[in-house]
Amino acid sequence: MGTHVIKMPDIGEGIAEVELSVWHVKVGDMVVEDQVLADVMTDKAMVDIPSPVHGKVISLGGVPGEVMAVGSILISIEVEGAGNYKESAQPAAVAVSAAPVAAPKVEAVAASKPVAASRPAAVCQGPMVAREADERPLASPAVRKHALDLGIQLRLVRGTGPAGRVLHEDLDAYLAEGQSNASAPIAAYAQRNDEEQIPVIGMRRKIAQRMQDSTQRAAHFSYVEEIDVTAVEELRAHLNEKHGASRGKLTLLPFLVRALVVALRDFPQINARYDDEAQVITRLGAVHVGVATQSDIGLMVPVVRHAEARSLWDSAQEISRLATAARNGKASRDELSGSTITLTSLGALGGIVSTPVLNLPEVAIVGVNKIVERPMVVKGQIVIRKMMNLSSSFDHRVVDGMDAAQFIQAIRGLLEQPATLFVE
Amino acid sequence: MQNLNTTLLIIGGGPGGYVTAIRAGQLGISTILVEGESLGGTCLNIGCIPSKALIHVAEQFHQTQHHSQHSALGISVSAPTLDISKSVEWKDGIVDRLTTGVSALLKKHKIQVVQGWAKVIDGKTVEVGDTRIQCEHLVLATGSKSVNLPMLPIGGPIISSTEALAPKSVPKRLIVVGGGYIGLELGIAYRKLGAEVSVVEAQDRILPAYDAELTHPVHEALKHLGVKLYLKHSVQGFDSASNTLQVLDPNGDILNLETDQVLVAVGRKPNTQGWNLEALNLAMNGSAIKIDNRCQTSMRNVYAIGDLSGEPMLAHRAMAQGEMVAELISGKTREFNPTAIAAVCFTDPELVVVGKTPIEAEAAGLDCIVSSFPFAANGRAMTLESKTGFVRVVARRDNHLIVGWQAVGVGVSELSTAFGQSLEMGARLEDIAGTIHAHPTLGEAVQEAALRALGHALHL
Repeated sequence: MGTHVIKMPDIGEGIAEVELSVWHVKVGDMVVEDQVLADVMTDKAMVDIPSPVHGKVISLGGVPGEVMAVGSILISIEVEGAGNYKESAQPAAVAVSAAPVAAPKVEAVAASKPVAASRPAAVCQGPMVAREADERPLASPAVRKHALDLGIQLRLVRGTGPAGRVLHEDLDAYLAEGQSNASAPIAAYAQRNDEEQIPVIGMRRKIAQRMQDSTQRAAHFSYVEEIDVTAVEELRAHLNEKHGASRGKLTLLPFLVRALVVALRDFPQINARYDDEAQVITRLGAVHVGVATQSDIGLMVPVVRHAEARSLWDSAQEISRLATAARNGKASRDELSGSTITLTSLGALGGIVSTPVLNLPEVAIVGVNKIVERPMVVKGQIVIRKMMNLSSSFDHRVVDGMDAAQFIQAIRGLLEQPATLFVE
Repeated sequence: MQNLNTTLLIIGGGPGGYVTAIRAGQLGISTILVEGESLGGTCLNIGCIPSKALIHVAEQFHQTQHHSQHSALGISVSAPTLDISKSVEWKDGIVDRLTTGVSALLKKHKIQVVQGWAKVIDGKTVEVGDTRIQCEHLVLATGSKSVNLPMLPIGGPIISSTEALAPKSVPKRLIVVGGGYIGLELGIAYRKLGAEVSVVEAQDRILPAYDAELTHPVHEALKHLGVKLYLKHSVQGFDSASNTLQVLDPNGDILNLETDQVLVAVGRKPNTQGWNLEALNLAMNGSAIKIDNRCQTSMRNVYAIGDLSGEPMLAHRAMAQGEMVAELISGKTREFNPTAIAAVCFTDPELVVVGKTPIEAEAAGLDCIVSSFPFAANGRAMTLESKTGFVRVVARRDNHLIVGWQAVGVGVSELSTAFGQSLEMGARLEDIAGTIHAHPTLGEAVQEAALRALGHALHL
């Protein structure tokens, strides 16, 4: 038997520290090759760390939320054979005699699955028999003791083991259920003194850092303009009717992306990154549009690369693919970084005005508010038009108010005369 | 008067008391243990351990005698003789080692042992001689005493198990009053040591706590050994002039049984007398102190464990209770909630009962499968010259959950471990049937009993 040590890998270029997010294994677990051991996070990308070996976990190098140096020991696994790690005091002779004589095979499938939050339905070979109200719950001595420690009454716990036996996992499930139900039965006007502390780790810590950084460093100013989207909405409806089945449905976002691309041709100072330490502004030819997306673990900004080279449907598909990937935690680091300008939209919850926070080092972010039908005066007549506000923020350190206003007016012109979006 | 203060005070140094003390010591609770006699209590000094030593001597003597007459094994030896004083010396050596060991364990866990008889003053105060001990928690672990019969006061030829375990000589004739496990264990041992033994039992069979199927092999063995049984006979008195025991037979006639000694083994009762327990005025449950599932008495922070708290009066129950009480006092949440407590009779053959018997299961309204496997079909049993007995399993018909195990046969006391584990872990018949049991062992009969309950025993 030897020890195989896995060190915190260098995931992104030049990153010295990586945050450990989640362990998928615990000490004593048997793991198989390619089984995911842990999730770690750099920037905004979650990266799986798979096991390169079969073996048994003997120690974990950190706790979730811990920021670990690249190269530090992440996990140690006991493996057959010599492993990759030798304790200095180990005599050489041991390694020679360590020829494994029919060492027990790791049970590849059964033992290795980490216990997920949702347990698979229990497999009970015999008939399940419901427990009578006064019947003593079936549980091993260790489970009984643990239940006492947790203050759980075993008779309230559903047993999923053979013959309805209450397992350790059932206690965990009961506990998890109890926590999610805890707030429900409290009387409407009862005073509450409970508090819950949630460690700011992982994704939330990254978001917090970046938002704070952005508001402290950039000189935000917001600019709101009202846009008549009746024409572009008509066009969108028409295109969806005509091509929806074959090319996929279009939302308003690809039109906005297109409007950004076209407008930015005249406003290169807005498609830029400002490195305030080096005091350099980099104007970029490519338009990489970050699309702010809500996921379960928080705000993510997947990036539609080279929007200038994409058709409406191309953009639409890319936005949809990235949003799904981000929500499922599958977006890669590349897909989550490198934007030059950001679009943020809360859809139907868009409100009438918002004050978006810049995604530094970008200098502009365009926020989309909701579309409402309103009576408007057009050529002396009151008509019903579809109206939408754009609430945008700029870094006033490098973007002048006049430029910003003209940029938004350009977008407005493009969206109100949608044909101009496509006229070269 | 000397004053001592402690968090925990334990009265009684038997298995319940000393285990409470050790666990309390591990948990860092300052503890004083009061013992009036020898550490280890009844179990180590005048109960479990010395009786097993005597039974072993008797068995060895009996086997040798057997070989000297007609050994099927081809062994020939000359007829053995017995120096009973040496046997007792050997037994005392074991007791000594064990009680010294308990003393060392208590010392290791920094328990202060106060020698002397405790007198309870109130729920937080106990006097031992001229020492007054104040405590926050009081654990009562004073054990039990043999039940005496008014017409058979202990003395002279009338002895209790205590005297029977330290014989100066083996009597020619011994009458055992009481056909329970204590009477039979000692009766069989004395028979094997050469005494003519009779057993007088008021009920219609021996070991009346267990069912007839289970006790039948023991009954047969007693007949084979030549132990005379007087079932449904009750004791009237003893005439010391003629050394005769008067018993009433089922027809109402008086029999006069001549004997050299009478062993009174009619049970044990909680030791509630002589230490001023009355001062606490605790709620009682019959002759035992009433406790809840945390061994708490009716007085706050006063606990009762072991035989003092009633049936089953077994050392292993007392130890488990003691361990739990120490953890309770340390602030943990605990309750005494075993699925089963094994009971073992070291008769010949031995008898083990863990969990529900078929009768108990039926009384509890359970529809059960009952299945047994005879040792006559077990290879290991044959090589031990033992063909009597069986393993029996009781399992629910609906989900095959095992609710009880019983066994009778040579050496089955050690099967109690497997039985207890299977019940505590909630095993079903399929679990035991699917566990490979080593061959050749008596344990194979355990697996076969489960297989037979499932309808496919392999060796029957």
